Amino acid sequence: MAEPLLIADQLTKRYGGLTALDGVSLAVEAGGLHAVIGPNGAGKTTLVAHFAGELIPNSGSIRFAGEDITELPAYARAARGLSRSFQVTSIFGDLSVADNVSLAIQAHAGHSFRFWRAAEEDEVLRAPALQILADLGLADRAQESAANLAHGEKRVLEVAMVLASRPRLLLLDEPMAGMDPGDAVRIVKLLAELKRRYTILLIEHDMDAVFGLADRISVLVYGQVIATGTAAEIKGNEEVRRAYLGDEEVA
Amino acid sequence: MLLLLVQAFNGLQFGVMLFLMAAGLTLVFGIMNVVNLAHGSLYMVGAYVCAETYVATHSFLLAIPAGLLAALATGVIIEIGIFRALYTRDHLDQVLATFGLTLMFNDLVRIIWGSDAIYATVPKFLAGQVVIIPGAPYPAYRLAIIVVGLAVAALLYLIIARTRYGMIIRAGASNRVMAGALGANIVVLYTVVFALGALLAGLAGLMAGPIFTVASGMGDSILILAFVVIVIGGIGSIRGAFIAALAVGFIDTMGRAYLRPLFGLFLPSTAADNAGPAVASMLIYIVMAAVLFFRPQGLFPPRMR
Amino acid sequence: MAANRNRRLIMWLGMAALALVPPVSLALSQPYYVDLFTRILIFSIAALSLDLIISYGGMLSFGHAVYLGVGAYAVGIADAYGIDSGLFQLLVAAAATAAIATFIGLVSLRTSGVHFIMITLAFSQMIYFLSISVNKFGGEDGMTLNQRGQFGSLIPLDNANVLYYFVFAFLALFLWIQSHLVRSRFGMVIRGARTNPRRMAALGFPVFRYQLGAFVISGVMCGVAGALLAEQALFVSPAIMQWSRSGEIMVMVIMGGMGTLFGPILGAVAYLVLEDVLTGLTQYWGFFLGIILVAIILMGRQGIMSLVYGLRWKSSHG
Repeated sequence: MAEPLLIADQLTKRYGGLTALDGVSLAVEAGGLHAVIGPNGAGKTTLVAHFAGELIPNSGSIRFAGEDITELPAYARAARGLSRSFQVTSIFGDLSVADNVSLAIQAHAGHSFRFWRAAEEDEVLRAPALQILADLGLADRAQESAANLAHGEKRVLEVAMVLASRPRLLLLDEPMAGMDPGDAVRIVKLLAELKRRYTILLIEHDMDAVFGLADRISVLVYGQVIATGTAAEIKGNEEVRRAYLGDEEVA
Repeated sequence: MLLLLVQAFNGLQFGVMLFLMAAGLTLVFGIMNVVNLAHGSLYMVGAYVCAETYVATHSFLLAIPAGLLAALATGVIIEIGIFRALYTRDHLDQVLATFGLTLMFNDLVRIIWGSDAIYATVPKFLAGQVVIIPGAPYPAYRLAIIVVGLAVAALLYLIIARTRYGMIIRAGASNRVMAGALGANIVVLYTVVFALGALLAGLAGLMAGPIFTVASGMGDSILILAFVVIVIGGIGSIRGAFIAALAVGFIDTMGRAYLRPLFGLFLPSTAADNAGPAVASMLIYIVMAAVLFFRPQGLFPPRMR
Repeated sequence: MAANRNRRLIMWLGMAALALVPPVSLALSQPYYVDLFTRILIFSIAALSLDLIISYGGMLSFGHAVYLGVGAYAVGIADAYGIDSGLFQLLVAAAATAAIATFIGLVSLRTSGVHFIMITLAFSQMIYFLSISVNKFGGEDGMTLNQRGQFGSLIPLDNANVLYYFVFAFLALFLWIQSHLVRSRFGMVIRGARTNPRRMAALGFPVFRYQLGAFVISGVMCGVAGALLAEQALFVSPAIMQWSRSGEIMVMVIMGGMGTLFGPILGAVAYLVLEDVLTGLTQYWGFFLGIILVAIILMGRQGIMSLVYGLRWKSSHG
């Protein structure tokens, strides 16, 4: 039995008196889509930051592909194939769409202490970048300045950059945040496709969106995982219903 | 040994002056997130107006409030006229505009009062020496600076720790949104904080007059030392500024007084003559580098924003 | 793109015009212009080097004059020890600035924003005070050099025109290098890190080492400018790295236009010509410069490059 691709073991993070994560454990099996859902303030953002390498836990550990990465900096995790997207779109608005994707490819094409040749004219970066844009339906926008994209297109570009960085695991932080329903449908379709090729850890607030997609779901409430299981199991879980749906009614 | 005590007092005196400069700067940084290179100009304005008023009236009772008022007024004018437009700009704009202000003020005092440095006099009632430690008389004027500086620090602490306005300032230093939520009028708060900083800088300047010379550009080097202080103390932290200011004042004074003889113990005399002053002049920057290397946010970093 | 073509055209025309300074000043029998413009070219190199890190790299160094000073003192000290090889002097200047820039970068790049500005300023002040305190090399009064660096009979730097073209060659070289650098893979990394360092790390870039690399490259370029300044003036003093000098170099970059390659050079020309004219008219040139500077900023900073072809070239931060 192979070890799960990503394992969090008893992650705990405290800020002074506040405990943001309280012994979080979860395991993402290779090849699946694992969703973490939870109401606002449950600690989702903190959890993502721990996986991505922006925060170090007070205790507990994270393993990725058989290696302890608990204290590894963000760039080193990305280099190992743990690739994240951001909840707030963070593309490079002053660069072209193709440049954005090229930059993601460049990150995994050896060191960048290369001072002379224009990156823009570098086919090693350009060709795969354009291919990825074509796959995601953004080919006709390749030369556009990224700042000029529509909101939904920016989210797609965000995903394109994640794919360009040769991921072994996609860590997607609320990819549907702030979207109108039409764009959300586009992303759900995209995720369904990606799911066949990549292992995905999807962090999402909206539970309805993930039920159709996720192989396994973990529910995070007040910094604790209160349940993990299939969509059906989670739907039937009384505790989840109380913690989560109660929150929904208020919201 | 007695000399050591005297030097310690000198360090303390320099430290409280640095604190008066750094306190205003760190509040302005912490609350408005503005780089203010013109803070040294307020110090200079305080020094000039106080010294010139004394020359004209021979009265310290007039000269001191005149210096304070001038720094305060200058501060309020540039806050309303220029800084309000800078709060929303990036740091580069802030640096350049306040650099421009510094250039302007440095020449403005020359236009008004001439290019020659002014040697301000110590008030008569503070001219003598005081014997606090038997056998080591200490200049009364420097002692007065220490007393005033510590009193102001205590007053500042009381204002910030105990009053409602102080609470808003503290909230603002760690979280601007929260200050707004407390119902503070942000525009007025900014002006008040800036004016407070200007007043403290003016006070430091007018007290510095008789110790250093009053000259164009006098605020620049103490401004950069104040930067070092708040970088070490942690931007936005009054407590950090206080501790760091005393430490910097102390280390700098001691370094200049004792590094040369210290080096003389194990280096040949000429080498010590060269290395002593050289290392002494860099000492506080080396301390700053060391602090930053281990704590990039300074000793008392503001809480997460 | 039209804008790019315009930009290149301005660069070629500008460099051609600068190349014509010695014959023109000969025709006008104004040899002073050659000296003035040699100085301008040297500061153009300094401004170009600062542009690399503030405009492309987003690293707001307010202590750039320190590299001018270190480069100049390297030449001065080499000269004091009787080392008259110009090549060796330049190499020493480059090595010394590389070392200092590495140290300053290692500490200051651990921070960002306001911290970074103040720390670079503080370190430049540190070296400034060091230069004042070392009496062996002139202390506050500075030191006079014995002679210009020797490059054999081929390049007699004692001839003002030769010195001018010598400096011009360095400027052209650095401009050429920088035009490649900012579009290279390395350039893309530092530009990305300016906009969003967190995103760059998430993509897998160890941002710090690239920023440090750019910081050192910029420092060395400026160090060469400092060395040339010492060769020209045959005099080195702490004043060369006064904190206000760092501000002046920054003003040159902004006056010319950030991130436009040739803009900083235009800025250096404009600033130093303006200074030359105004200091002839008033002893309070700083007063007027200050007012102009505040006005430029309050009106929304735009460089000369943007006026030339009517496009805004404002840097985008964040």
